[in-house]
Amino acid sequence: MTALLEVTELRVSFPAGTGRSWPVDGVSLHIDRGELLALVGESGSGKSLTSLAMLRLIPPPGRIEPGSGIRLGELDILSLDDKTLREVRGRRIGMVFQDPMTSLNPVFTVGDQIAEGIRAHFPVSRREARDRSLALLTEVGIPDPASRLRSYPHQMSGGMRQRVMIAMALACEPDLLIADEPTTALDVTVQAQILEILDALRKKRGMSVLLITHDLGIVAGRADRVLVMYAGQIVEEAPTERLFQRPSHPYTQGLLASVPRLTGPRTRLTPIGGAVPTPDAWPGGCRFRPRCPQAFDKSELPPPPLPVEPGHTMRCWLAEPEGL
Amino acid sequence: MTAPLLQVNNLVKHYHSTGLFRAGPVVRAVDGVSFEVGRGETLALVGESGCGKSTVGRTVLRLQEPTGGSVEFDGESVFTLGREALRRLRRRMQIIFQDPFSSLNPRMTIGKAVAEGIEIHQLARGKAVRQRVATLLEEVGLDPAFMGRYPHEFSGGQRQRIGIARALAVEPTFLVCDEPVSALDVSVQAQVLNLLMDLQAKHGLSYLFIAHDLAVVRQIAHRVAVMYLGRLVETGPTESVLSDPRHPYTQALLSAVPEPDPSRQRQRIILEGDIPSPANPPSGCAFHTRCFHHLKDARCSAEAPVLRPIHSTLAACHYGEVLPQMVQDARNVPAT
Repeated sequence: MTALLEVTELRVSFPAGTGRSWPVDGVSLHIDRGELLALVGESGSGKSLTSLAMLRLIPPPGRIEPGSGIRLGELDILSLDDKTLREVRGRRIGMVFQDPMTSLNPVFTVGDQIAEGIRAHFPVSRREARDRSLALLTEVGIPDPASRLRSYPHQMSGGMRQRVMIAMALACEPDLLIADEPTTALDVTVQAQILEILDALRKKRGMSVLLITHDLGIVAGRADRVLVMYAGQIVEEAPTERLFQRPSHPYTQGLLASVPRLTGPRTRLTPIGGAVPTPDAWPGGCRFRPRCPQAFDKSELPPPPLPVEPGHTMRCWLAEPEGL
Repeated sequence: MTAPLLQVNNLVKHYHSTGLFRAGPVVRAVDGVSFEVGRGETLALVGESGCGKSTVGRTVLRLQEPTGGSVEFDGESVFTLGREALRRLRRRMQIIFQDPFSSLNPRMTIGKAVAEGIEIHQLARGKAVRQRVATLLEEVGLDPAFMGRYPHEFSGGQRQRIGIARALAVEPTFLVCDEPVSALDVSVQAQVLNLLMDLQAKHGLSYLFIAHDLAVVRQIAHRVAVMYLGRLVETGPTESVLSDPRHPYTQALLSAVPEPDPSRQRQRIILEGDIPSPANPPSGCAFHTRCFHHLKDARCSAEAPVLRPIHSTLAACHYGEVLPQMVQDARNVPAT
């Protein structure tokens, strides 16, 4: 498989006190064509900033540091002029956010908003844009789509609004859809609907999806590959089945032990001690060291991504044969 | 067996929405709910947003006035108490919220916030107040040295601990926990769940635990009550409800819980549509518009089912006995 998007040594910085802090600090990843890649992390891990950087949407005074690389096929995103960048946003990479209400304009109908996106990227008539909007609403499973085109966002439920957001993101047939916590604000039964739709659309259109979430549960059984983020870095990467069978980084192990289960014996949860550090105070050496039950002498040095087995890496010295 | 600590009978809470020129429809947020909570027991009240579960919690404490029904707390009738008696009772019934930040005064140090209840109910004076606050903070896993700090200086998990310390300050026997871990990161969520369970074991507390996540509920609750559109659709011991649910809605809720284990993917039941509006609930069984039961018929839309014993739970479904069992391991079963 060929990589659709490739990120190398991405660093995002924000002013902090007299200096700067690096909430994203050396992230390298690639997304293959047709792949569903999950980026998992707790709040403050840097997962959302990583995805915003892919579209150069980091809000000032934050900035992408020199030395970072983001390539979409033949395009070098970081050196694009504004016009080409606008064509990439929406047309090549679509985005869906957690809270559809704040991403939709309250004073325009849903139909107008979808059509606006289509007409911004394709030379089509109003009528054609409307027909496409209708087809999209049908595709994302909105009942009675013709009348829904004339609805305003506030007239719809959270689940319906999120479907509209997906329809808008799909309108320009992007190669990559970035979904940032797309179901976090929704009820579980609605969450299940939205995840099914995303998965079905990906398969049908051969689109790649980057799913950003804090919930390991929605990753299992859906994603092809998982990246676990902690304190601005990717600490573990593995194919999904493998990650759940053999979580290797102590942070991933800790996360999985923290999640209550519906099956298996009911035992006391074993949470990770302490709290997630903030970007202005990343610990030295291995960033998980202060909370890690398996920390040892070498953890005082920052570990690079080390191979656990082919396709499975982690930023932990335990991956070294002599570390075990 | 001793009488339950809390007994709720046929609780009703209707809201009269106001239109611009005329009265709007009546919103039946809670429409005849009965349950009890034993001493030292956790009852989880589960459902999706808008089902009325939070309204039940608030009405039981009379933070909102009920439309009908009765609540007995340790032999006292909560809905008929006068102001002074109600204030005394509130010392024994407390609540913790989903978002502890919005329930803490940003200009009050957390020491003062925790001390407030102790002073109002005159449980201690002078230096003893400070001593008690320190003990409480320690008990919920916070450093008593933080007493002089303000809420914004704490993380979400720490704020929830402050909320718990504040509730415990007046030595209650009963706590309404309204989605106390929903806003927390998973690793912190586990810490708070363990804390709540430890406090229960130590003080013999009873919890009405309001939640939407059945995996969290399994961890903490002895019994479960599932709500849909203002009514209970199923209730029973946690393991019975989770292993052999007899109401189709309970099955759908269960199937929707994402399990972080690819080898244990349950049967996927994808419900159609959204929850109907409680201002205009469907006739008969309120769930019939989204129900996937193979025997669903005219009776379901005409006659509201009542909670009745089916297998090892109480379920409100006309055809609960013949609802197929959920496939717990659906790896080789095509999705429905």
